[in-house]
Amino acid sequence: MAAYQWVPRMRDYTSEKQQEACVRETTDYHPLKPMTVTVTESKAKKTGGKAETEFVDPLSSSLDGTDPLSMFAAEHVVTDPLSTAPKRDRAESGSKAKPGKKSSLDESFEPWSTKKANILSKYTTSERLSITTSFLSPSDREKVAVKTQVQTTMTDKVKNRLEQLDDFEEGSVKEMLNLSQQDYVNRIEELNQALISAWEQDQRVKALKIAIQCSKLLVDISVIQFYPSKFVLITDILDTFGNLVYERIRQKSAYFPPGSKVPQMLPEDFTPDQVPDSAKETCRNWFYKIASIRELIPRLYVETAILRCYSFLTSGEYSQALLRLSNMMRGIGDPLVAVYARTYLCRVGILVAPEVHDHVAINLYDFLATYKQLQSDSVQNILAVQQLEMAQYLHLYTPALDWILQCVAHRASEDTMTEVLEHCKKQCNSALLLNSIMSAFKPDYIASRALKFVDTIRDCEEAGFPKHELYASLGANMVLADPPEEQRLQTLNEVWKVVMKLKNPANYIACAEVWIEYPCKHFTKREVNTILGDIIKHMVPDRAFEDFYPQLQSIVTKVLSHMHDFAVLFSMDKFLPFIDMFQKESVKVEVCKTVMETFTSGARPGALYTAGYKKRVQQDTTSDPVIMNALMFICKTMHDSVNALTLEDEKRAISNLICGFIRRISFGRDFEQQLSFYVEARATFSNLEPVLIELVQRVNQLSMETHKVVKGNHSRKTAAFVRACAAYSFITIPSINNIFSQLNLYLVSGQVALVNGALTQGDAFLKAAIGLLPEVPRTIQVDGKVRSTEPLLAEYINNFVSNLLVVPDNPDQGVLYLIRGLLNVLQNYTWEDNSDAKVRSYLSVTCLLSAMSQENYLYHVNKVDSNDRLYGSDPKFLNEVQQIANTLITEILEQLKHLQQQEALRRQSALALEFFTKMVVHGDVGPGKMGSLAVNLWNLAQKHGYGDTKVMVRTLEHLKKRGTQQDGKEYAELAAKLPLQSRT
Amino acid sequence: MALDIRLKKVNKIYYEGELVSGVVVIQSKGDMQHQGVNLSMEGSVNLQLSAKSVGVFEAFYNSLKPIQLVSYAVELVKPGKLPSGKTEIPFEVPLKPKGHNKVLYETYHGVFVNIQYLLRAEVKRSLLNKDLTKQSEIILEYRDSKEKAVAKPVPFTITPDSLQNIKEKSQIPRFVVKGKLDSSVCCLSRPLTGELVVESSESPIRSIELQLVRVETCGCAEGYARDATEIQNIQIGEGDVCRGLTLPIYMIFPRLFTCPTLITSNFKVEFEVNVVIVLQNDHLITENFPLKLTRI
Repeated sequence: MAAYQWVPRMRDYTSEKQQEACVRETTDYHPLKPMTVTVTESKAKKTGGKAETEFVDPLSSSLDGTDPLSMFAAEHVVTDPLSTAPKRDRAESGSKAKPGKKSSLDESFEPWSTKKANILSKYTTSERLSITTSFLSPSDREKVAVKTQVQTTMTDKVKNRLEQLDDFEEGSVKEMLNLSQQDYVNRIEELNQALISAWEQDQRVKALKIAIQCSKLLVDISVIQFYPSKFVLITDILDTFGNLVYERIRQKSAYFPPGSKVPQMLPEDFTPDQVPDSAKETCRNWFYKIASIRELIPRLYVETAILRCYSFLTSGEYSQALLRLSNMMRGIGDPLVAVYARTYLCRVGILVAPEVHDHVAINLYDFLATYKQLQSDSVQNILAVQQLEMAQYLHLYTPALDWILQCVAHRASEDTMTEVLEHCKKQCNSALLLNSIMSAFKPDYIASRALKFVDTIRDCEEAGFPKHELYASLGANMVLADPPEEQRLQTLNEVWKVVMKLKNPANYIACAEVWIEYPCKHFTKREVNTILGDIIKHMVPDRAFEDFYPQLQSIVTKVLSHMHDFAVLFSMDKFLPFIDMFQKESVKVEVCKTVMETFTSGARPGALYTAGYKKRVQQDTTSDPVIMNALMFICKTMHDSVNALTLEDEKRAISNLICGFIRRISFGRDFEQQLSFYVEARATFSNLEPVLIELVQRVNQLSMETHKVVKGNHSRKTAAFVRACAAYSFITIPSINNIFSQLNLYLVSGQVALVNGALTQGDAFLKAAIGLLPEVPRTIQVDGKVRSTEPLLAEYINNFVSNLLVVPDNPDQGVLYLIRGLLNVLQNYTWEDNSDAKVRSYLSVTCLLSAMSQENYLYHVNKVDSNDRLYGSDPKFLNEVQQIANTLITEILEQLKHLQQQEALRRQSALALEFFTKMVVHGDVGPGKMGSLAVNLWNLAQKHGYGDTKVMVRTLEHLKKRGTQQDGKEYAELAAKLPLQSRT
Repeated sequence: MALDIRLKKVNKIYYEGELVSGVVVIQSKGDMQHQGVNLSMEGSVNLQLSAKSVGVFEAFYNSLKPIQLVSYAVELVKPGKLPSGKTEIPFEVPLKPKGHNKVLYETYHGVFVNIQYLLRAEVKRSLLNKDLTKQSEIILEYRDSKEKAVAKPVPFTITPDSLQNIKEKSQIPRFVVKGKLDSSVCCLSRPLTGELVVESSESPIRSIELQLVRVETCGCAEGYARDATEIQNIQIGEGDVCRGLTLPIYMIFPRLFTCPTLITSNFKVEFEVNVVIVLQNDHLITENFPLKLTRI
């Protein structure tokens, strides 16, 4: 093999740079600026104060906040129809919601759909339920029965009996007993399906009957604690029914506009005179049919369900109908059934006619009038039979009352509330009602009468509904709206006097959880501290806190969300003892995480970022020893919770938090103390790799800060400090497991050492990196997937090699000691079979060697003499370089030869082309030098037809262009010799 | 082959003297031979004796002869051929009583008395094919009436003492139910209204209902038969209703099954409403109120 010689091209970087530099134009505006004018200004204001000390990244400042992509994305979110559509309730979107009228309900009105979910999850039962209906076909039941073995026994229990209620011709009415709650829900869903399918098959009477039977289920209060959920399920069916009827009549009333054959639907806001007679007749028939329903409750429910159809008959019927129905509700004897029926009426009422309000008040006052029934014997009997506490029973009223009161309170004035309150006081003054009032009316109204409410709560009859819940509700209002200045303290005192005396820790903590926010908002740390202390006092006996971790956690979150200043936070002597109450490891870590999140993110936890407004709370770094020690302790708790079983995500989250903490600690110019903090941190957080990595980076940054402060001229003292930093990094890096992190850190640390003039240390880092290379495994796991390390390694080597250019040779070692070391490692590394990575890295080294042969290197490190200065282009040095290069191209050509087999030809071609391009750029291709080799490589690349024609064409064009340039003669000659295979 | 009568008025409600107009629609797949298309209008009062008052045997055989009110017949199409497809034949029939001294009564569907007005279309065909017939009922309402609904409030108080027809007065639980009907003379198109208050009741209440009752009287050879039957029962109170709370009395009069109170020489149709209070122990307390129903 005739030895080819590598001839590096001599380059004049300065003139090349001038040649290639783009023509610059002066401009007076930033291309991205026009759309961000206002923001940049405000940003500038913000940063203006610190401008001297802080480096403002011009890119980030002009882009921050309003870069066009994120703006577009934000816009997208708002208008995304998919994301908004599902929010609407199925039933409501169908028919109840008249777009025009719905808009008159503002956001403060909590829609039924959200309540629905709450009710369903809250009111459940393990009792057995029964259902009475004639519309569940036997086949359906068998289908269900097949599903589980248990149910076959249950169907045995299904009792068949004829009901003498109404003569439904569809078979006998059956009562299904002993259904579990889930079964019951399924049955109701079946009924819903039956209704829809009956409707679709034009069996309207059957559909009506199903609706009637469904509403009849609401008469039954046998499993009373499930009643609210049952109500939700069944009213859903009724809504469906109402929609079907409404849509049907609407379709019927499609009319032919004069001169057109296409039927036209009624407009959304039609008037009754637009409705044709036939549709009116149909509508009237529905109402007649429903008016003849024998039983009161089904009649009321079904009429309410189709209430909207009144719009076909007359306008302004709603208010009358609503009033009439409200009055008829009085006939319902059972107070619970009645209040829910009223709820349904109000719910439909507010949808079809939000402007009508009279009936709502009537419903409320009627309920008040019947309130005494709750204490009646019949209710007591029911409770006794079902073994229910009065308090539980009263809770069943809450969703209904809340809804009715919400309707009353909707857009109501303060006078309305006073009036309602007066009524309540006069008629029953019950805790139950007061609670609903507090949740329904605007917090402002309530807060402004804080003391009055406190008095009312004190005076009201408990009657089974626990008072502590009232205090909790009141607290919730106080948090949302500010009570008048002069009432604040007294309110807190009055309330806390009572709360303090609560014996039951569950009740106590429920109140405390709400009220903690109040002093946080309105008072100083002294009050908060007192309350925290009081909570501790209540929670510690009998280790009560063990049962209330969620509440305690929420207290911590609330305190954190209001007390942004950690100095104040930790100066409360009860805060850390409070945290100490979390003795269950997992909870404790959770709490620690919350604290750290607040500290690191600086944003209030739980609060949303409002657009364009990011509240930086703890943005500035701190060196307060109290905060530091406290947080160190908290971080240590988190750190110590990590064990072999900890999930990756958890580890990552904790690591991020600790890193955030480390970043926030700054001693300003006191670099040595900073370093000793990092030392301490390393000792404390030794188990978390990301933290160690962060520490190394911080220390490197510390070095660079020092460098900046001394402006590159290290004094003896700073030089020693920088070396100490290097030493810190050097001993920290080996304890990191991730080999690539190690490699990168070595490289970065080496660079930092070099910049700071610590040559020996820099050398040591690079040597360590080279020494580590053989240990790089062939594959690593990334996110649970096995990946080859080769691309990573190749990338790293390129980076590393380019770094080597500026590293001066160590006088104690031979010439190009590091490069040789690297090459040895590369040679001995077990590369993947079928990969050219090794050769490619050789190519990179060849390029490096070319750069090293120059008289002046492309780049330098300030105040460090690289090899160009060191050797001054000494021929001996150049020779050394030359020799290594020669060895390398021999190796490369050897490899090219190896790739002769059919399956490797493509690789051969690609490699040859790559070699060619590298050679053209970095080598001298003049005649007699490497010209012939270049031509050979070119030919080899397209010999077997695997050459990438496009690339080759472009390469050739490039060469020709170079040929036309100044001293580009050899390129022109080379280009002339290169044939281009056309592939037709 | 389908025959249908389509009236111009969708609600099929007509007044005396009005023209009943519409079309007879015949749909056939091919040409159809027929022996004429006839349309007739019949209005009659059918009286039936109840088994209770005259005995089963007599009731069966001795049903009274219907009283004919209207009877018209007209040939719409002469015998011939109808083209295939849809044929619409318009018609107009005046709704007028048969004799000059007769009056048309309102449509009423009862048990022993039925007042009906029927339109009947018939396509006569040759012997081999069955005749096609289609019947359609029209509803007659008074446009005006001599008697108009005027508010005649009927206050009532029901106590154990006010009850009649009881065996042992001492066993009756104490109760006081007060209320009023807004009027005992009611317009059919408006609901029956009023209010009711359970002021006290020892025994829990199960249900409070309004029972609408028709009282039909048929004159016959042996005098007359008078029968009261329920039309509908509307619950206004469910369960043990709250004491002292005013419950609304509200009932819509069902169509067809009610008509203005009608008293003729041959038969009578009258209405009553019962307020029924059902106690938990199945005791039934009923208070009866005769009603006079009017069209206006």
